[in-house]
Amino acid sequence: MHKRGIPLTHLKKGKTGRIIYIHGGHHGGPHGRHHGAHGFQRRFHVLGIRVGQIIRVDSKQPLMGPITISVGNSQMTIGRGIAHKIIVEEL
Amino acid sequence: MIKKIVLMGNPNVGKSVVFSRLTGAKVISSNYPGTTVDYSKGKMLLDGKQVEIIDAPGTYSLEPSNKAEEVAVDMLNDADVVIDVVDATNLERNLYLALELLERDLPVIIALNIWDEAKHIGINIDEKKLEKILGVPVVPTVALTGEGIKSLVSKIKEAKSPKKIKPTSEKRRWIEIGSIIKNVETVEHRHHTIRDRINDLTIRPLTGIPIAAGIIFISFWIVRLIGESIISYIMNPIFEQGYKPLMLGFGEWLGDGAVYNILISDTYGVIEFTESFGILTTGVYVPLAMVLPYIIAFYFLLSLLEDSGYLPRLATLVDNIFHRLGMHGFGIIPLFLGFGCNVPGLIATRTLETRKQRFIAATLLSIAVPCMAQMALILAFIGSKGLYYLGIVFITLLILYITIGILLNKVLTGSSPEIFLEIPPYRRPSLRATGKKTWMRIKWFLKEAIPFLFIGVAIINILHVLGVIQWISNAVQPFMHGLFGLPGESSVALVTGFVRKDLAIGMLGSLNMSAEQLVVAVTMLTIYFPCVASFVVLVKELGVKDMIKAASIMICTAVIVGIILRFILIGV
Repeated sequence: MHKRGIPLTHLKKGKTGRIIYIHGGHHGGPHGRHHGAHGFQRRFHVLGIRVGQIIRVDSKQPLMGPITISVGNSQMTIGRGIAHKIIVEEL
Repeated sequence: MIKKIVLMGNPNVGKSVVFSRLTGAKVISSNYPGTTVDYSKGKMLLDGKQVEIIDAPGTYSLEPSNKAEEVAVDMLNDADVVIDVVDATNLERNLYLALELLERDLPVIIALNIWDEAKHIGINIDEKKLEKILGVPVVPTVALTGEGIKSLVSKIKEAKSPKKIKPTSEKRRWIEIGSIIKNVETVEHRHHTIRDRINDLTIRPLTGIPIAAGIIFISFWIVRLIGESIISYIMNPIFEQGYKPLMLGFGEWLGDGAVYNILISDTYGVIEFTESFGILTTGVYVPLAMVLPYIIAFYFLLSLLEDSGYLPRLATLVDNIFHRLGMHGFGIIPLFLGFGCNVPGLIATRTLETRKQRFIAATLLSIAVPCMAQMALILAFIGSKGLYYLGIVFITLLILYITIGILLNKVLTGSSPEIFLEIPPYRRPSLRATGKKTWMRIKWFLKEAIPFLFIGVAIINILHVLGVIQWISNAVQPFMHGLFGLPGESSVALVTGFVRKDLAIGMLGSLNMSAEQLVVAVTMLTIYFPCVASFVVLVKELGVKDMIKAASIMICTAVIVGIILRFILIGV
């Protein structure tokens, strides 16, 4: 479906990419939970994780630890599982 | 008529700093009914009238993703005016919540906060234009310095619900936001600042972990400094010179007997605040003079780390470990506080999202984290036998924290979601807001925990007088030698440990045991059960059923560890 798309986890530190797809779509969310996956998805979107946004990998914690990313003026830390569901094309 | 103002906004927009600017000294932090979510409220003067002002938990949208956000949305229901605090450096994403608020039939006013920093990093916002587009007052503010707060207050009456913004879909909202941004915001090229450098250094593992270790070390050092200073310069003089003569007089008036023993001391005419076991002596001294000073210090440091923006970075660095133990990076907060006193640590498990995470955090804390009072005595009694023995105690506890965490994570059902948190830029903490936060936390602690400590001492005193303690000690006595290679008398200390672990360690110290025996006894004492105050808080936080589960894990762990250590150290 997305030939050049790679999961965010595969993007090297310091590299940027454009989000082209987010697994989980509008239902279920990155990890559907008790509190409305919608709300969680929304939080995701509000923080800038939306299709078309440019994302930069700032640091990766070792041993499958979380990843810190920047989108616009926001910086955030997300677990690898979540990061794996964000598909980007490297810029 | 405006009676209630609710402060809304995304997390990390300086909302609580705005709150502390708007309110007077009388602020309280309380529990939102039916939840474990804490929020603050206070009062402010508006046109000579007292108005209630509520600091709602930070939320990214009105579609809640957790309990705290649910509470925030719920609070809108009885708001007369909403002050939406918006981060000017992050206008785009803050506008999402703003639009959602404006779609509701609620008077809104917008505080465009962190205005100075936005300018500094080259973000220019035409606030007049924004005001026109949104149809509500927009006031630039710098809550940290107080700039713009007066103007914000004077415009609260002008808050309104613009009819032109209609409820719409998420997609439409983003499109709308895009066009607003294009209209009102211009961004100049941004330089890489020193702050960015510091940010990079503190979040990359190679440099971040040593820095984190340093910050934690310095924090504990400051905690000790503050705690010890309060104890020796404020609390001890008050108790020794003011309170003691009072109690001695009261004791004489009472005369010797059971009532005297329960209220004042177990020996007539002598008051030792740490050992007398009277409700009015030890029962008051321990919580106020021994525990409270450290709580103050710990809460102050936590608030400082929180307000400077360092905590999310720390959480990022340690997330890896904590996620394997079934929690996530914020699991370090209960751990940090727990070293002061387990009670605030247990309350802080609320920062974790799911039941499973909270259960693991609370259980591990109760098993493997000695509080400050305990730690001091472990250092005194075991430290004197040599560093080697001290090492055994702490390494055992560390191993327990990790292995039990991994096991519980595997065994327990329920989810432990991955970390997902915003890393706000570093900000100079406002002494005013940090101070207020610390003060609210302390007040809250006094209200929530001190009564339990008090009741705990009272219960044990009554049990002591009735002979129940002696009876339990006798019942446990045969096991002490058989299973753990300890003298039978140590059972008394273990039972006493239910109320005061530090005192129990002291009792063990007087039993003339070998260093090896002391290590076994002290380690078991730390693990087997929380003190009575933590116990009550545990029941409150976990519920009776989970508490029984947690307690069984503690007792089983203590017995197993006791036996293993016995065979390793003492032999058969």
